[in-house]
Amino acid sequence: MSQANVVAVNPAEHTERSSPFAIPTKKLAMWLFIVSDAATFAACLVAYGFLRNGTPNWPTPFKFSPTVLNAMAMTFVLITSGLTMFLGVRAAKSTDKKMALRWVYLTALLGAVFALLHLREWLGMIHAGVRLFQNPWGSGLFGAAFFSVTGLHLLHVVSGVVALVAVGSRYNRGRYNADDIEVLGLYWHFVDLVWMFVVPFVYLMNVAR
Amino acid sequence: MHDMSAHALQHHAPPPGFVRKHIFSLDHKVIGEQYYGLALLAVLIGMVLSWIMRLHLAWPDVHIPGLQLLSKNGAPGGVLTPEYYLQLMTMHGTIMVFFVLTTAPFAAFGNYFLPIQVGAEDMPFPRFNMMSFWVTFVSFCVAVAAFFVPDGPPLSGWTAYAPLSALGAIAGPGQGMGQVLWAVSIAIFCVGQLLGALNFITTTLDMRCKGMSLMRLPLTVWAWFITSCMGLTAFAVLLPACILLFLDHVAGTSFFIPGDLVVSDTLQPHAGGSTLLWQHLFWFFGHPEVYIAIVPGMGIVSHVLITNMRRPMLSHRVLIYSMGALAFLSYMVYGHHMFVSGMNPFSSLAFSFPTLAITIPSTIIVLIWIGSLYGSKLRINSPSLFALGFISLFVSGGVSGFFLAQPSIDIILHATYFVVGHFHLVMALAATFGIFAGTYFWFPKITGRMMNETLGKIHFWFTFVGAYCIFMPFHYLGMAGNVRRYQAFVDDFMQPFIPVHKFITVAALVTGGAQILFLYNLIYSRFRGQPASENPWQATSLEWTIPSPPPFNNFGDRIPVVYHDPYQYGVDGASDDYVMQDSPEQTQSVRDEK
Repeated sequence: MSQANVVAVNPAEHTERSSPFAIPTKKLAMWLFIVSDAATFAACLVAYGFLRNGTPNWPTPFKFSPTVLNAMAMTFVLITSGLTMFLGVRAAKSTDKKMALRWVYLTALLGAVFALLHLREWLGMIHAGVRLFQNPWGSGLFGAAFFSVTGLHLLHVVSGVVALVAVGSRYNRGRYNADDIEVLGLYWHFVDLVWMFVVPFVYLMNVAR
Repeated sequence: MHDMSAHALQHHAPPPGFVRKHIFSLDHKVIGEQYYGLALLAVLIGMVLSWIMRLHLAWPDVHIPGLQLLSKNGAPGGVLTPEYYLQLMTMHGTIMVFFVLTTAPFAAFGNYFLPIQVGAEDMPFPRFNMMSFWVTFVSFCVAVAAFFVPDGPPLSGWTAYAPLSALGAIAGPGQGMGQVLWAVSIAIFCVGQLLGALNFITTTLDMRCKGMSLMRLPLTVWAWFITSCMGLTAFAVLLPACILLFLDHVAGTSFFIPGDLVVSDTLQPHAGGSTLLWQHLFWFFGHPEVYIAIVPGMGIVSHVLITNMRRPMLSHRVLIYSMGALAFLSYMVYGHHMFVSGMNPFSSLAFSFPTLAITIPSTIIVLIWIGSLYGSKLRINSPSLFALGFISLFVSGGVSGFFLAQPSIDIILHATYFVVGHFHLVMALAATFGIFAGTYFWFPKITGRMMNETLGKIHFWFTFVGAYCIFMPFHYLGMAGNVRRYQAFVDDFMQPFIPVHKFITVAALVTGGAQILFLYNLIYSRFRGQPASENPWQATSLEWTIPSPPPFNNFGDRIPVVYHDPYQYGVDGASDDYVMQDSPEQTQSVRDEK
């Protein structure tokens, strides 16, 4: 069924060919996690949209002050933290350890500020009578959808802050290197990006008309 | 590529203690065995559950001794109540789909052989890998714990359709605590599978040894790789779905509960959720899940058949692309589970087309198998027999898919035994045959001993004939109008079905009993089997270049280098009729695709 063909097979050639996949493993794993996490967020947002569409008395209670203002402030803080994260990664790449640490910790601080602003908003809403199963304005699903979507995002921010501090301190002690900062940066930017979906869908679409 | 990924690989020496070596092991091979053990335990439980259900269906009044010990209310005097029948059915489905069909062909064999077949020392994240198993184990324990809570396990089926699954205890026995445990268990399971998928993909892309280009990966690796890509996104959607279901139970939300629902003469204090939402989220996971169960089997079957045909498949590439196409299409067809759910009929059409389209890659795969088999001198042994059985079951079960894919026909066949027969043949049993083929094939590598061939063949014939005896009649029952999930057939028009059900039950008992042969073979051969050589099947891929059982770091101090496509069989000019992948011998077969 086959004939003798003597062909030199050069293994090096194949190594060359596979080089496009030569992404550092940790970075690849983070990208894969982001793909998977994006699916999770997408599922939550689709669920929210599905329910919102199917609910006639969906409330649109948000007012410019305080909700939209607060969301703007949170967005500003989170985008700024994206910038500081970027500067941190750049400093780490140019082996400026001190600077990198400073930016990473600043990012963590901004993340914490974001979380506090968020919690303050949550407390305000809970005070106004919004619960997971009811609210003063309309369908009880509103609270459930709002708290679960923003809650999932908040969980990511809080985990990110913990990770920033943990990776930062290990980086400081030399256990982690610039690549690890970069991998964490990917995560942080992803959390940023998700917020860009949460703001229009969960906040702006529910502004009182 | 090796320098860059080197730092991620944590080189580790064999651990000293028993616990680190066999229980909390970081070694991908031990983790693979643990997954296999878990699947074996799960399949035994699942099979016993199916026996109990079958006995009850054929003889509704039958006393099953000891059953009252499992549940006093569910089986007073050993006779199943209707509710308890559904509860056992739910657990049968859950255990089989999640803890057998997902874990055995994918997590068990994949963990054991994927790193070896790509020429790696281990997976890049061994700790994640260990967590993946133990998280899955915890998930299994939580699922099984549902048997022991007061009302028993949930009765909503493995699909947990809302609102039944979301209402809580008022919806029926097991719908309170049992369903909560179910949701928690499946959510945990998702996390475990995500960790596993992460490891599989990074191993395949980053840990390949020198010379192992993507097209030189064995078909098994491709199958596991494609499966992990599906798992990565499918389980990521089931996870939030289970969490929302959990919230419906414990936090008073009503994501999946519509308003104004009256259950047991009580108006439910919920408002406005959607039952369809659960189905959308569940089946977005659920359909890829079917392929997560079957694609690894395709890889194993191809691998086993090639070795025993002594020639490569007609086209290595097309087989890989077709498996990829299956995976891709599997995301677009999930709505065919919902044709009669009340979804917009136009959506049904939109989901029907890709469902029919999915038969194209499936058919290409089957034709490649059959075309390659045609005229080959297939070595008949237990692995190749089970591989042939896989093809047979996959075709038989697949053909009924043509019917179900069309909304107009599905309206009649939906929720009948036709559907049950369809998915048991094409997914459950075909995948199980893939597991058997893999077990008989790789057992010598894993244990260093051969399994008994005669017992293996007897086991095959019992299982193969039994499988058809059990599930072919399902199709006729379904067409005759036998609805699924009924615990007894008391309606007049169902009376004539009862003899068929008796036949099926006897077949199920015999076929299930024949699995004792397999268990005996597995245990006996483990300790007393004939010692196996390094490469008993004269196979070519990397796992056969290392001792049986493999040493802790797979390749010892040797770093493998690959020179060939994975399946160099029937090669003239070689010293044997095959060339190992890592042999520098310079040959090229006709089918070597360049």
